Amino acid sequence: MNLGAATYVRRNLVDRVVRTLCVVGTVVALIPLFSVLYYVVVRGIGGINLDFFTELPRPVGETGGGMGHALVGTLKLVGLAGLFGIPPGVLAGIYLAELGGSKFGQAVRFAADVMSGVPSITVGLFVYSLVVVTTKQFSALAGGIALAILMLPMVTRTTEELLKLVPESLREAALGLGVPKWRATLRVMLRTALPGIAVGVMLSVARVAGETAPLLFTAFNNRFWSTGVMEQEASLPVNIYTYAVSPYEAWHEQAWAAALVLLATVLILNIMARFLVRTRVRAR
Amino acid sequence: MNMDFSTSLSKTAAQKNPDDSAPTTREPRTASEPAKLESVDQGAAPSPEVASRPRWDEVSVSQVTPKMRAEELHASFGSSEVIKGISLPIAEKLVTAIIGPSGCGKSTFLRCLNRMHEVVSGATTKGKVLLDKQDIYDRDVDPVRVRGRVGMVFQKPNPFPTMSIRDNVLAGLRLNGVKLKDPDGQVEKALRAVALWDEVKDGLAKAGTSLSGGQQQRLCIARALALEPEVLLMDEPCSALDPIATARVEELIHELRETYTIVIVTHNMQQAARVANFTAFFYLGQLVEYNRTQVIFTRPQEQRTEDYITGRFG
Repeated sequence: MNLGAATYVRRNLVDRVVRTLCVVGTVVALIPLFSVLYYVVVRGIGGINLDFFTELPRPVGETGGGMGHALVGTLKLVGLAGLFGIPPGVLAGIYLAELGGSKFGQAVRFAADVMSGVPSITVGLFVYSLVVVTTKQFSALAGGIALAILMLPMVTRTTEELLKLVPESLREAALGLGVPKWRATLRVMLRTALPGIAVGVMLSVARVAGETAPLLFTAFNNRFWSTGVMEQEASLPVNIYTYAVSPYEAWHEQAWAAALVLLATVLILNIMARFLVRTRVRAR
Repeated sequence: MNMDFSTSLSKTAAQKNPDDSAPTTREPRTASEPAKLESVDQGAAPSPEVASRPRWDEVSVSQVTPKMRAEELHASFGSSEVIKGISLPIAEKLVTAIIGPSGCGKSTFLRCLNRMHEVVSGATTKGKVLLDKQDIYDRDVDPVRVRGRVGMVFQKPNPFPTMSIRDNVLAGLRLNGVKLKDPDGQVEKALRAVALWDEVKDGLAKAGTSLSGGQQQRLCIARALALEPEVLLMDEPCSALDPIATARVEELIHELRETYTIVIVTHNMQQAARVANFTAFFYLGQLVEYNRTQVIFTRPQEQRTEDYITGRFG
């Protein structure tokens, strides 16, 4: 088959144009990402020192001080969110992947999809009326519950999708060895999907770590170290907001530093997830 | 007409007629051959051992001790019936091959023999499958236990990707919660049985998926053997393998038939001819012909069998 020289010239040209468009598109997409990273690092690095991680904020007018309480607060809130959100999320994901063909399964899947689209401030409001109003105080517990609700649909759907990616032939292999279904699911299917699920869960943890809106009226904020989970709790995102809208230049610098720390925390969580999973898999 | 045909055939199989000695009208040239073979059978009986267990390629249908037997087995996916009443004995400690064109129900039939068919949602069965005279579809039989006695090797090698070679071999035992007394010995025994030991003994901790396709398939066979099943079902075990790996697996089947009852589904007729004592030809969910492999391939009784093995269809 010969389509004539002109056709091939045109094809090559089209190929080049389309390829160039793809490269340009990629660069355009990366510009905001790198700008944000660059800007946060440049503006935030000045405020980072040991005190920032260990000290409480100083009153207006005094220099120095830090956001140790907010860093600890964020870790605490995220920890609580993981505690409340991950186990039911993973179990619901297993349910959907294994038995999700039923009407109920479809309803659950639909609900999870809708839930992941619910604005986070709505979740905050819901938890406010449910937990804060009943316990009559802002608390880390309320904040953790709000973040857990945000995590749930993400964890559920990630678990489901990753379980569905595990080849059915592995389940058959296990069943063919006379292994009961529940054990095949846990020890073969879930085990095989685990690295992916862990990464997905970590990503959802990272996402809620940066949430501000649902914390505004659940965990609220705190200028001091908090103990336990029934006190109001400081967090990096809420502090970034508070400090950034303040009229004080020193606070602005603190806000940038907090943003950098938050970014780094998310990054570290992600890297840790991948690393942990990889070493565990290799060790087996 | 179809129906008559299949009933007569299943009867033939069930009554274990020595139909290899039945005269064939189509090919009179070969009519004298069965007699000759019979006489070889008797001639080779000076030692009682040989008499009690004739050479593997000379066992006639009448001499079969069935380890398993399907009786009027029907199997469906939802409303479409894939197996339409098949009766077939599975000879003990011999190899039975199932051949037939794609979609004739060979794999489904195989999966009915250890209750793997029902794992797919919407799949149902009717009829009986006897294993040592016990119907495995009996209401109080646990399918999980059946699968422990009737092992399975699949078309595509499917070692567990999260497990090492060693753990793959032990997977069936471990996942069943068996306390291992001598895991190293069991690993070696199973890997030796599939002639994989020498190739992997220095890398037992490596991932099972790091092996080549042929090695993976042998690993999967070892994994099935570690459970010490009585019957081994093989669903086109070589279709994903190259000729050299295929030869290894076939050699292995030759060795395993000393100990195990083997049923192999294959697309490859030469393979059936090489490894199987008995061959069943399936067509459109029915058993067309069942006989000694040699008879099926040299003097088939049925026109459709002959058409299939000579490549006129399928």
